[in-house]
Amino acid sequence: MRQELNLRGNQAPLTRANPLSKFAAVFLITAVLALSIDWVSASVALAFEFLLFPLAGLTLTLLWQRGWPLILAAAVGGWSTSILAPDSGRTLIDVGIWTMSEGSLELGIGFMLRGLAIALPAVLLMSCTDPTDLADALAQKARLPHRFVLGTLAAMRLVGLMAEEWQTIGMARRARGVGSRGSAVQRLKATLGQSFGLLVQAIRRASRLAVTMEARGFGGGRRTWARESTFSALDAWVLAGGVVMAGTAVVAAVSLGTWNMVWLGS
Amino acid sequence: MGAPSRHEESVAVRPAAVTARGWGWRHAGRAKPAVRGLDLEIRPGERVLLLGPSGAGKSTLLHALAGVLGDIDDDGGDASESDETGSLLVDGAVPRGQRGRAGLMQQDPETQVVLSRVGDDVAFGAENLAVPRDAIWARVHEALDDVGLSHLPLDHPTSALSGGQKQRLALAGILAMRPGLILLDEPTANLDPAGVLEVRDAVGRCLDKTGATLVVVEHRVSVWKDLVDRIVVLQPGSATDDAVLLDGPPDQVLADARTMLAAAGVWVPGYVPETRARSGNPAAGSGDLLLAAEHLAVSRERPRRSGFRKVPTVPVQHDISAQVRAGQALAITGPNGAGKSTFALTLAGLLEPVAGKVSATLDLSRGAGIDPYKWKAEQLIERIGTVFQEPEHQFVTGKVLDELLFGPRHLGHGEERVDELLERLRLTHLVDANPYTLSGGEKRRLSVATVLAAHPRVLVLDEPTFGQDANTWAELASFLSELLDGGTAVVSVTHDAEFTAALGGTELRMAAAEPVAP
Repeated sequence: MRQELNLRGNQAPLTRANPLSKFAAVFLITAVLALSIDWVSASVALAFEFLLFPLAGLTLTLLWQRGWPLILAAAVGGWSTSILAPDSGRTLIDVGIWTMSEGSLELGIGFMLRGLAIALPAVLLMSCTDPTDLADALAQKARLPHRFVLGTLAAMRLVGLMAEEWQTIGMARRARGVGSRGSAVQRLKATLGQSFGLLVQAIRRASRLAVTMEARGFGGGRRTWARESTFSALDAWVLAGGVVMAGTAVVAAVSLGTWNMVWLGS
Repeated sequence: MGAPSRHEESVAVRPAAVTARGWGWRHAGRAKPAVRGLDLEIRPGERVLLLGPSGAGKSTLLHALAGVLGDIDDDGGDASESDETGSLLVDGAVPRGQRGRAGLMQQDPETQVVLSRVGDDVAFGAENLAVPRDAIWARVHEALDDVGLSHLPLDHPTSALSGGQKQRLALAGILAMRPGLILLDEPTANLDPAGVLEVRDAVGRCLDKTGATLVVVEHRVSVWKDLVDRIVVLQPGSATDDAVLLDGPPDQVLADARTMLAAAGVWVPGYVPETRARSGNPAAGSGDLLLAAEHLAVSRERPRRSGFRKVPTVPVQHDISAQVRAGQALAITGPNGAGKSTFALTLAGLLEPVAGKVSATLDLSRGAGIDPYKWKAEQLIERIGTVFQEPEHQFVTGKVLDELLFGPRHLGHGEERVDELLERLRLTHLVDANPYTLSGGEKRRLSVATVLAAHPRVLVLDEPTFGQDANTWAELASFLSELLDGGTAVVSVTHDAEFTAALGGTELRMAAAEPVAP
């Protein structure tokens, strides 16, 4: 039930890279892909991303488990683009108001591939980045305020607890005669009541945690870090990899003539 | 992450002194002060057990000493409207601003852990005090050693620890700050008996080593008596009375005031409160069968999907059989994590069995069907009532009276019973109060009363005596014995051997759950 917020068992090379360099590489790739709807740049980026799977310790099964909403969204987006986009070229399917032509199909596939190619790096990043390391990097390297970063990290630990609490409150309320079954209105009312109960408990937990943190000296000015967030040669490779992936995608699309800047219209 | 020499720096801990002169504190938005007129002197290195009825301001005092009073109010009140009188000093200076001089441990283990890796969590306090990096890791290793957790790897997830381990981890985090004053606010109230001793012994070892001053608040005197050298009993302060009622060495205080302390609900050693005896304890197996569990496998997890695959639920316990009979008590005992509560909740129709079945006899179901899990909520509450460990989880209104009327109103009958319950559980003077503002004992009594208002034939209670003072304990046991004699079946999940003995009946002992590979 409780989600683990660490990467136990994942020994893949990319887990050792600094989260900031991974972030930078992902940003570069997604920024380039956001510029153009075309199937070439998206496919090139996708191919690279699949090659990176073993380096991030990700498998297809894990990918589906963690990223299925994104994958479905990309597929649905592609489908609707291919039937709704302005038609051009030969008509492939014509069912009343729905028509799919060669042009709209190409646009739809491009849209789907692009959606996947933009979403996958995020899944890759999360599967090889421990939240604690991310917090270390954000506070020490990116110089974000440590109060904010560590507060968020500590609060994230409570999120898993909240899932358990939700279930308990639901049972406790049923034991009081509040049904969570029945008509939609009844269920909505029950859910609202349960949410309020959860909110009360969340606030109480959070204030106790805040007392714990303050009693351990949190919130003062200067603090040291038991673990230093460092950059290594690996991070140079990560950045270089990001540049190569983004660059190859652009070059391939431009040289094949499919590069299609979003804001310039088609 | 280097692992520098483990005992390189041995900065001696300087024990702290505490001085209170006419100190008082009123929380924002409250009419009465939580502490009033406190005069107290604690010498460096002393170990003090703080006793007193709820409402005497014990927690307020600990929070003030830790320097965290005022900023964050548990009730969300505006701290700027709170009120301080007199003076409270640690080493002659106000506690606020002396970060790291005192370390505080609270009751709820979940909120005593800050970070998700064992090593990071212990290091957290030392980092905040700007201790140099190498020195931090030396302190972390030493502190984990002192609390007996050195066998865990530094990146061990804190979520995988037991309650007792979490509290020991919190103690290690406190020790790594090298505080001169250790403050424990009911550190073992939520733990099973093994966890209680684990934490107590770890505290003892650390004090012997560092010589730090200790102030601990606990109901259970016997646990801490041999570890402390002074007992201070507080009372709710008033304009005329001093806040300190009694003060002296443990044996002397306990000898002088044993009766008075027991009457105030303190668990003095060797004292088991009188409870009402069962009138003619029926033999096991007699009484009408109401509910039966057959080869039950239980789990809190619901079957879930991961992608297209259905992940089977791994039960925490399996093959449990039990019978619940009218007028009979059934105690479910066993170590933490054995799945006792999960079993009780399944029996009570709140969780779906993973395997096996729970069946209600016609006597109990009266036409609602055989499987309690399938009953509607209104059908459930007049057949099986469940009292949860945390009373607040069950509050559904903003007023004590409405809480009690809630069940009867839903059912459309039984409102006349409410007055009797209010009277019987001494809640009559609180009818207009908000349930969340009650004391621990009052909340417990209210949660029992609300469930009983629906007049269930089976009552299931999850750790009803956890953290309760001796008076509430005795009231509860006597009240349940009355219910049993009246023909109600009482199922309780409990670690409390005296409570089990007071109710009689049968015991279902569950073994520790075997770890199953995921």
